[in-house]
Amino acid sequence: MTKKKTQKKKKTESKSPKKNKLKASKTLKFNYAPALESTKVEILEQYGNFIGGEFIAPKSGKFFDTVNPADGKKLASLALSGVADVDLAVKAARKAFNSEWSQLSGSERGKFLFRIARIIQERSRELAVLETLDGGKPIKESRDVDIPLVAQHFFYNAGWADKLDYLVPGKKVKPLGVCGQIIPWNFPMLMLSWKIAPALAAGNTVVLKPAEQTSLTALKFAEICQEAGLPKGVVNIITGAGETGAALVEHKDVNKIAFTGSTDIGKLIARNAGKTNKKLTMELGGKSANIVFADAAIDQAVEGIVAGIFFNQGHVCCAGSRLLVEESIKNIVLKKLKSRMKQIRIGDPLDKNTDLGAINSKEQLKKIKDLVKQGQKEGGEFWQVETDLPTRGNFFAPCLFMDQSGSSTIAREEVFGPVLSVSTFRTPDEAIAKANDTNYGLAAGIWSEKGSKIHMVASKLKAGIIWANTYNKFDATSPFGGFKESGYGREGGRHGLLPYVEVE
Amino acid sequence: MDVNKTIKMYVGGSFIRSESGATVDYKVSGVEFARVCWASKKDFRNAVTAAQSAQKSWASKTAYNRSQILYRMGEMAQGKETELINLLLETELCSEDEVAEMVQDAIDTFVYYAGWCDKYQQVMGSVNPVAAPYHNFTSPEALGVVSLISSKKFNLVNLIDNICSILVGGNSVIALVEKEGSILLSVLAEIFHTSDLPGGVVNLLSGDPKTLGQVISEHMEVQGLSFQNEDQALYYQIRSSSVDNMKRVVGYHAERKLSLENVLEFVEQKTVWHPIGV
Repeated sequence: MTKKKTQKKKKTESKSPKKNKLKASKTLKFNYAPALESTKVEILEQYGNFIGGEFIAPKSGKFFDTVNPADGKKLASLALSGVADVDLAVKAARKAFNSEWSQLSGSERGKFLFRIARIIQERSRELAVLETLDGGKPIKESRDVDIPLVAQHFFYNAGWADKLDYLVPGKKVKPLGVCGQIIPWNFPMLMLSWKIAPALAAGNTVVLKPAEQTSLTALKFAEICQEAGLPKGVVNIITGAGETGAALVEHKDVNKIAFTGSTDIGKLIARNAGKTNKKLTMELGGKSANIVFADAAIDQAVEGIVAGIFFNQGHVCCAGSRLLVEESIKNIVLKKLKSRMKQIRIGDPLDKNTDLGAINSKEQLKKIKDLVKQGQKEGGEFWQVETDLPTRGNFFAPCLFMDQSGSSTIAREEVFGPVLSVSTFRTPDEAIAKANDTNYGLAAGIWSEKGSKIHMVASKLKAGIIWANTYNKFDATSPFGGFKESGYGREGGRHGLLPYVEVE
Repeated sequence: MDVNKTIKMYVGGSFIRSESGATVDYKVSGVEFARVCWASKKDFRNAVTAAQSAQKSWASKTAYNRSQILYRMGEMAQGKETELINLLLETELCSEDEVAEMVQDAIDTFVYYAGWCDKYQQVMGSVNPVAAPYHNFTSPEALGVVSLISSKKFNLVNLIDNICSILVGGNSVIALVEKEGSILLSVLAEIFHTSDLPGGVVNLLSGDPKTLGQVISEHMEVQGLSFQNEDQALYYQIRSSSVDNMKRVVGYHAERKLSLENVLEFVEQKTVWHPIGV
C-alpha cells in the first residue's frame, strides 16, 4: 500500500467525504503490520498432466505459464493439453472404470474418499497458501472457507459410497461411467471437490480440467490421490484452456459433462453435448438480488451486503451483485454501507489481515474496468472506495452504482468483480418482481426480521439458493445450483449425487 | 345423415381450431374417419401465453387441492370409459383384447399421480445438516411451463403418464400429439376441462413435431421439455437448440411409467438458509 490512488468523482460527492477522511486519518493513524502467512509450499517448475496415476508430459509438447495475480510473477509452467492428451486421459479413466473402480464395493470406494478427506485436512494450510498464491484470494478465505469445505465435501460424499441404495427411494442406482469435468478459476479446489467427490462416491471415474489460471491446487490434489493410493486412472487431471475443454466435451467416450463457469460457455457446451446422449450438469452465472427490507436488522444486513458482493473479490457466481433496498431505509443503509466499505482492507492476499485480494487475472481486471466504465456512461451515481492499491498485480477498489435503470449494464450483466448495483423498491411485490427480472436464477438474499415475510418472499423468488438474514454460506450437505439460465443440476447434499447416477 | 365433428384442440381452457384454419384428414384403414385441427407455430405460442398465466394459479394451489384435482381427472376418465373404449376400437388404435385394460391403466395413472402431489416434497426434499448454526432445507418447486412432444405411435397410458408427471409438480403443460393420437384430443380435453383444473394448465395441440420442434425448443418462456417421441435425430436437434434459456430437456422413456422420477424431472430444487440464534 504505497501510492495513493485518486478517484474521479462527481462534484456533489467529493467534498465532504474527503474532509471526513482527512479528519479520520488525523485521529486514527495506526495501521496493521503485515502478517504474512509463512507456510512454505513446494511448487515445481513444470507440471505435466496427471493421467493414469502418473504425471506425464503433454503429447502436444506445449506448456503455458501460470502466474501469481498479486504480483504478476510466474509460478510454474503447465501442460497445454491437446486432443491427444484428452484422449489419453479419457482412455485411462475408462480403463479404471471398467477394470477396477466400478467393481469395487461402495465401502472400499468410500474409504479412499475418507482417506483423501483426511489428507486434505492435514495438508490444509499448504493447500490454502497455494490457492491464494495461484488465484489471488485472501488467505483468510482460502484457509477458513475454501479448503475446510473441500475436506468436508470429500468426507460427506465418502459416506454416501456404500449407501447409494438409499439415494432414490425404492430404486437401485448405478454409475454413469467417465465424467468430464470443467471448473472455473474463482474457487479452484472447492469446485474440484464439488465435482470429484460425488462422482467418485457414485462409482464414476473422472477427467477434470481446471481453469488455466488456477490449476496448481488441482495438480497438488493429484499428488494427494497418489498419496492416498487411489487406483490409477480414477482421477485424471489435464491442464489447458478452452480448446482442451472443448476436446473433453467432444470426446465420444465421455458419459457426462459437468461444467461450472459462465453462462455463455455453458450454452456452447450444452449446444454441443445436446447432440449426443451425454448427461449434463451446468452451474452457470448469476446476477443475484440481495433484498433488504425496512424491518431488517440493518447493521447485520450491511455485513451481509459486504459478504455478498465483496467475498472473493466478487468472483462468485452467486454474488449478491444487485442490492435492492426498501426506499425508506435507503439513506441509512448506504451511509452505513459506504462506511463499512471503507474498512475493507485491500492488499497482499497472503496477508492474514487482507479482506479483498487480487483480481484473478489481467483479463478479468480489464473486463471489470470496461464494465465499470460502461456503467459510468449510463448514468446514475458511481461511488468507489478511495484507497491505496498495491502498485503491482491486479487490484480493484470496491465500488457501487446507485439509481441506475434496471436495464443498465451493471444491473444486468455479471461483472464478477467487487461492483455492486443498488436500487430501491417500495413493496415486497416490487422487490420480488425486480429480483426475478433477470435471465439468471442462482441465488438471492432476504433481510427482514419478520419470518412470515421471509417465507413468502423466499417462495416467490426464482432462485436455487435463498439466503435469509445471511449470505454466501456454503456447506457440503447443502445443495447448490440455479434456476433458469444459471444452469441445471445440483451440487452438494443428497441432491448433488443424483446427477452422477443412473436410476435403474 | 351423420353430423361429423372436427376434432378441436384445447388451449387456455377453450376448445379451439388452429388460428391458421388448418385441418388434416384422419383416416382409419384408408377410409376418412374425421377431420382434425392442425397446430401452427402461432397456436403453440398462444398456448405458451395461456400456460404461463395458468401455471401461477396451479402452483399456488395447495398440494392437497392439486391432488384432489388429479383424482377428479381419474373420476372423469372413469365416466368416459365406454367412450374411450369405443373410440380406441373404432380407430383401430387398440385391439379388442387389450382395450379394456388399457383404458383402466389410463384411469389408474391419474389416480397414481394424484397421490404424489402432496408427497413428493417430503420424499425428495431435505433438511440439510450444515456444519454451522443455520436452519437449511431444500424443497422442490415447479419449473414453470413444460412442453411435451409425445410419441408418434399413440399410447394412451404413456400420454397420460407424461402429462400427469408434469402436472404434479405445479407446472402447466403443452402437449403436442402426433396425428395417430390426435383423434382422442376432444375426449381427453373434456376430461381435463371437467376436473376443476384452471384453464390453461393443460393444453393439447395436434401437430407435427418436425414443423413445431424448433419453435418449441427455442421458446424463451418454456422452461422444460419432455421429449417422448421416437425420432432420435429430432431429439438431438431439439436438445441442442434448447439452450438459449437453458431449458430442462428430458429424453425418451418409453418404458418408464408410474414413477416418481418422472415427477422429479420437472421440478427445481430450492435451498433456503436461515441463521439459528437469539
